[in-house]
Amino acid sequence: MNEKNRATLLADQLAVGYSKHPVVKNVNLRLTAGELLVLIGTNGSGKSTILKTMAGLIKPISGDIEILGAPVGSLPKRVAYLPQHPISTHTLPLRVRDVVAMGRFAHLGLFKNPSAADKKIVDDSMRSTGIDTESDDPIRDLSGGQQQRTHLAQALARQAEIMLLDEPTAGLDINGRKLVADLIAEQRSRGVTVVLATHELKDAESANTVMLLAQRVVSIGPPETALGDEYLRECFGFTQPH
Amino acid sequence: MFVEPLIDPFAANEFMRFALLAGVLVAVTCAIAGTFVVLRGLAFVGDALAHGVLPGIAAALLLGVSGVVGAAVGSLVMMGGVSLVSRRLRLSGDTAIGLLFVGMLALGVMITSRSRTFVGDLSRILFGEVLGVDIGDITLQFGALAVVATVALIARRPFLLLCVDEGLANTSGFSSRLFHNLLLMIVAVTVIASFQTVGTLLVLGMLVAPAATGALFARRISTMILIASVVGTTSTYVGLLVSYHFNLAAGASIVLSAVAMFALCAFFSEAKKAVGKKDADEHEHPHEHQHSHSGSHFR
Repeated sequence: MNEKNRATLLADQLAVGYSKHPVVKNVNLRLTAGELLVLIGTNGSGKSTILKTMAGLIKPISGDIEILGAPVGSLPKRVAYLPQHPISTHTLPLRVRDVVAMGRFAHLGLFKNPSAADKKIVDDSMRSTGIDTESDDPIRDLSGGQQQRTHLAQALARQAEIMLLDEPTAGLDINGRKLVADLIAEQRSRGVTVVLATHELKDAESANTVMLLAQRVVSIGPPETALGDEYLRECFGFTQPH
Repeated sequence: MFVEPLIDPFAANEFMRFALLAGVLVAVTCAIAGTFVVLRGLAFVGDALAHGVLPGIAAALLLGVSGVVGAAVGSLVMMGGVSLVSRRLRLSGDTAIGLLFVGMLALGVMITSRSRTFVGDLSRILFGEVLGVDIGDITLQFGALAVVATVALIARRPFLLLCVDEGLANTSGFSSRLFHNLLLMIVAVTVIASFQTVGTLLVLGMLVAPAATGALFARRISTMILIASVVGTTSTYVGLLVSYHFNLAAGASIVLSAVAMFALCAFFSEAKKAVGKKDADEHEHPHEHQHSHSGSHFR
C-alpha cells in the first residue's frame, strides 16, 4: 500500500458519548492523507463529541479508533485540534502572537526554547489567516472574527498531519469563510487530513466524505449522496433548494 | 522632613524591617500564584484552600506541632475533598468547594474553641501576625517563593494552555488534570507559607488584588506577574506605614492597600478607555458630534 492510500484515521463500530451514555453509535470511517471529512448536524447532534473523541479528550464508549496508526491523544505533535469557542481567551492578557505561538507548545514541551524556525512558522500561520497585521494587539481587544482567525492560526502553527476543526467558521463573515475554505484546501494539498464539524451545508461541497448526524449517523458518503433530500429532511426538517 | 515618616519606622525598628521583608516575599509569591488563579478563574478555590487550612493549623497549635505542618495537612484534605466530591457526586465545582469550605471553616473554629486563648489564636490564624515574624518565617517564605517560582517557570506553557482551554492543554500533550493539580499545589504552598504574615483570611486578597490589577494593564503573562509583584510590594510598604502611624492591624492594612490600588487602577483604566473611545468616535464621525450638541443624543 503506498503512502497516499495509508489510512490516517480509522474508526470501527465506534460509539461516542459521555459517562457511558452514547450520543452516536456505529461510526465507521477510513480517511487517508489529504481527505476532508465534514461532520454536519444541528446542535447536540454529536459532531463535537465525535471530534473530541478523535482528539483524545473523551474515551470511546465502545469500538476502535486510531489516528496515524496510534491510539487517539497519543500524538500531540501530529494532530491539531481547534475547540469550539475558546472564549476564555478574551480575558487573558495575551497578544495575538502569543496565542498563535501556543500552537508550537506540543513541539516544544516544557523545556525547549522556540527556534527561529518556530518563530517563522508562527509568522507564516498569522499571515495565512490574515491576522498578521494585529500580531502585537491584545487578543481581548479584537472582534470575534479576528479572535477566531487567531485560533485558526494557532491550529495551523501545530503543522499537524491531521486537523480537527470544530466550527472554525463560527463568527466569520463571508471573506472569513472563504479564507477558511482556502486554508483547508491548501492544507489538503499538502497531504493534511482535515475533519471539520459545521452547521453549514456549503462547507461540505468540497468534502471527500460527509457524515450527516442527528444523534446517530443519518448518512455517510460523498456529498452528492450523503446530502440527499431524504437525509436532509430527516436531519434538519428541510431540503436544499435545487 | 517629608521623607522621615516614610523611612524612620523601618530604619528604627527591626520588627518593621522583618515585616517588610516577609511582606515583600509574600507579595511576589502571591503575584506568581495569583496570576494563574485570576486567569484560570480559581479565586473561589483559592479562598477555599485558604480556609481549608484552618482546622489543620488549629489542630497543630493544640497539639503543639508546627502550624505549617497542620496547614499542609489541611490543604491536602481540602484539595482531595474538592476533587473527590466533584468527581464522585457529579456536583458542580462551586458546590463541592462551597460545602468543603464552610465545613472546614466550622471544624477549624470548633477545634480552636478548645483552646483557652480561643479569640487570640483564631485572630492570629485568620489575620496573621506580620509584626511578629522571625527569621524562621522569612526563611520559610523564601523557600515557598523558590518553589512557586520554579514550578511556574517550568509549567508556564501548560498553565497558559489551561487558562485558555483544558482541551487545548490535553491535545498539546499536557495532562490538564496533572497541571491543574500542580497549580492548586502552588496556591496551597503560597497559602501555607503566607498565613503567618497576612493570615489565612487575608492571603486571598494578596493572591487576587495585585494579579487583577496586573490583568488590567498587561499584554503578556510575564508583565502581569511583574505588575502584580510591584502592586503587592507597594501595598505591603504602604500598609505597614499606615499600620505604624495610625496603630491599625498590619495584615489588614496591607490587604486593604492592595484592594484600594486595584480600585484606583480599575478607575483609571476605565476612564482611559472611555476617553480613547470618545476620541475614536470623534475622529470617525466629526460632523455627527458637532450636530449632537444641538440635536438629540439618541440615534
